[in-house]
Amino acid sequence: MQIHQYDTVIVGAGGAGMRAAIESTQRGRTAVLTKLYPTRSHTGAAQGGMCAALANVEEDNWEWHTFDTVKGGDYLVDQDAAEIMCKEAIDAVLDLEKMGLPFSRTDQGRIDQRRFGGHSRNHGEAPVRRSCYAADRTGHMILQTLFQNCVKHGVEFFNEFYVLDLLMNEGKTAGVVAYELATGEIHVFQAKAVVFASGGTGKMFKVTSNAHTLTGDGQAVAYRRGLPLEDMEFFQFHPTGIWRMGILLTEGARGEGGILRNKDGERFMERYAPVMKDLASRDVCSRAIYSEIREGRGCGPDGDHVYLDLTHLPPEQLDAKLPDITEFARTYLGIEPYTDPIPIQPTAHYGMGGIPTNVEGEVLRNNTDIVPGLYAAGEVACVSVHGANRLGTNSLLDINVFGRRAGIAAAEYADNHDYVELPADPGKLVQDLVDGLRESTGTESVSQIRKELQESMDTNASVYRTGDTLKQAVADIAGLRERYKNVAIQDKGMRYNTDLLEAVELGNLLDLAEVLVVSALAREESRGGHFREDFPKRDDVKFMQHTMAYQEVAEDGTTSIRLDYKPVVQTRYQPMERKY
Amino acid sequence: MSTPTVEKHSAALDAAEADGTQLITVTLRIRRFNPEEHPDPVWVDYQLQMDPKERVLDALNKVKWEQDGTLTYRRSCAHGICGSDAMRINGRNRLACKTLLKDVNPEKPITIEAIKGLAVLKDLIVDMDPFFQAYKDVMPFLITKGNEPTRERLQSQEDRERFDDTTKCILCAACTSSCPVFWNDGQYFGPAAIVNAHRFIFDSRDEGAEQRLEILNDRDGVWRCRTTFNCSEACPRGIEVTKAIQEVKRALVTRRF
Repeated sequence: MQIHQYDTVIVGAGGAGMRAAIESTQRGRTAVLTKLYPTRSHTGAAQGGMCAALANVEEDNWEWHTFDTVKGGDYLVDQDAAEIMCKEAIDAVLDLEKMGLPFSRTDQGRIDQRRFGGHSRNHGEAPVRRSCYAADRTGHMILQTLFQNCVKHGVEFFNEFYVLDLLMNEGKTAGVVAYELATGEIHVFQAKAVVFASGGTGKMFKVTSNAHTLTGDGQAVAYRRGLPLEDMEFFQFHPTGIWRMGILLTEGARGEGGILRNKDGERFMERYAPVMKDLASRDVCSRAIYSEIREGRGCGPDGDHVYLDLTHLPPEQLDAKLPDITEFARTYLGIEPYTDPIPIQPTAHYGMGGIPTNVEGEVLRNNTDIVPGLYAAGEVACVSVHGANRLGTNSLLDINVFGRRAGIAAAEYADNHDYVELPADPGKLVQDLVDGLRESTGTESVSQIRKELQESMDTNASVYRTGDTLKQAVADIAGLRERYKNVAIQDKGMRYNTDLLEAVELGNLLDLAEVLVVSALAREESRGGHFREDFPKRDDVKFMQHTMAYQEVAEDGTTSIRLDYKPVVQTRYQPMERKY
Repeated sequence: MSTPTVEKHSAALDAAEADGTQLITVTLRIRRFNPEEHPDPVWVDYQLQMDPKERVLDALNKVKWEQDGTLTYRRSCAHGICGSDAMRINGRNRLACKTLLKDVNPEKPITIEAIKGLAVLKDLIVDMDPFFQAYKDVMPFLITKGNEPTRERLQSQEDRERFDDTTKCILCAACTSSCPVFWNDGQYFGPAAIVNAHRFIFDSRDEGAEQRLEILNDRDGVWRCRTTFNCSEACPRGIEVTKAIQEVKRALVTRRF
């Protein structure tokens, strides 16, 4: 076991982690621990853009953006955080441009902007051009630009290091424990400040836009150390994933004029969202698609999908603005989007919930108190700027605004504090975990349990939920968790043992899926991405509050979930009925 | 108002929507290497039932998840964006997640091995550190002088277009590890590093071109390129890699960029 010491340790090297690292490296000794080479992170898969009220192409201001964010989140957004994000969005975009990001440009050479779902002029009057973009590769450009700037600033990366435990002593942050993929060795990183920026957990679903690696590792580690997870029942299903594969096709396609159509060729969104139509928020579009399918207007032999139609757009426009997604249609479906509509279905995309933080990125241990020295930013965290449903482009904004804030706050904290003493035998939990898996003689397979988890989640905890489906998911997950205790792996080696890590990741997914469905079962209302057919209305009296889920461990080692609730921060917007 | 536009289906759309139950037997012939177990690599065949429209990565996953958990490779996004899974498939560098089985002649065994020119560490995993070192050596970040503007730097659409192709690079190493010069001399920067230098040399906002050109004027720089076009063929993002290298060579001669 090796022991390292750094002022600040950042866990994860996607957009939030690298944005934080650029700040903290300039202020103190920083290590970035990442299970992937930084440029493999899923920030790179984001496509459509990053909204900021630059007003480069039409009138706009950050207050309208804030309103859209609060409304898009179905009033579960903490409005103070949304104000900060939308105000700082402008500098966040300009900072990226100065770092070298090659944005698409207007005729005047300024950063171009386009329409995006839920983003409107003057509180919902009409769609507004707010999304700053680089073709349909905005996430790729952000990831590359941040990595380039990490190279420039000499950020120290530990590539293919999996963080499997968080160390605390008397309630303060002491460091993390990581498993080195190349050697199987355990490393303890003592740190004054730790920033979790390890991304989301979409792989608990079968049809998802998420990478294989998005297994909620940071959330699971924090949760097992007694920290709460906030609003985990709110999971976003992006309306336009490639049918059955789930590969993302950007909302920017509809921002450029693309239309959703059912089997009759009807532009059905006109019935669901008369003003914003195809650019209504994602939860609204995804529910509309499934309503069309359920009512027999789905496309294809089984009527189980609808079309994203780009055929009326000029090929030059598709080539210039949507080159990657049109190539995906060609590569994976063998169709030509110039002339054929693209079969799509909603795809599990983004967790609005996560490790609760305040606007400085400090992690909360309960409704009011922070964990000294611990920070989180990006999809792993819940500030909450996305509330019950995230607006398109606001995730790229979130990682830049709150990644930066967390990086600065962590480095400043480290500058003013000493190391906290490591707990006794700091690597024990991780050593026991990996030894247990290596030595297991069980009979259950990782892939079989994962497959059953994903199928249950797709069936029971997707766009439409009921008490019955959620109870089924709770029961399914309980059974799978029991079987997981008897899981075994085939690779017993030390070197690049990805078999072992897939088993660890499955354990994370199971814990987080349980939190999701238990939180969802308790929320007897419909709000944003959480839609209960048995409670189809929003209930602001009972449920305009954040869910806080804690793991409780009994004396015999069995675990259960305790739910608590936290008030929503309201500043200027009173809840209204949500129409698009 | 609704405008029916999808009355007539093309054959391609019908095929895309057809149920994927037409499974075929596929043989993956994989070059396995695990120095913990044996000092030499060995070819192992795996047979499996697959839909030919599935990806080579799907087939590898099926082997790992259902037949042999020790099979080791890198993967993440599974749709050609993250650059994790470059490998040699039937002798050609490709991304496993962007290659469909039907496109690599699944009637015969499909050979899969690690990319060449970088040390193999286990099965399909290679040591990427030399690759990323060459990238870092070309100063792959915007270099500017003087005070920063308060708003964005202006850039015309033409100037933005000038380096668009090389911004697409995902650092998968398919190009560099297809280059015969790189196979023989690991000190050659390789195509990917030059592509990333190109991305900044031809960016109208950048003022570091002279420094980068000096680096690439080195004996291990652009002049080692023998214009075999392997890199352009290998690039899963369709970047005209050889053209980019030629443009850097020309910039070195003319000092115009």
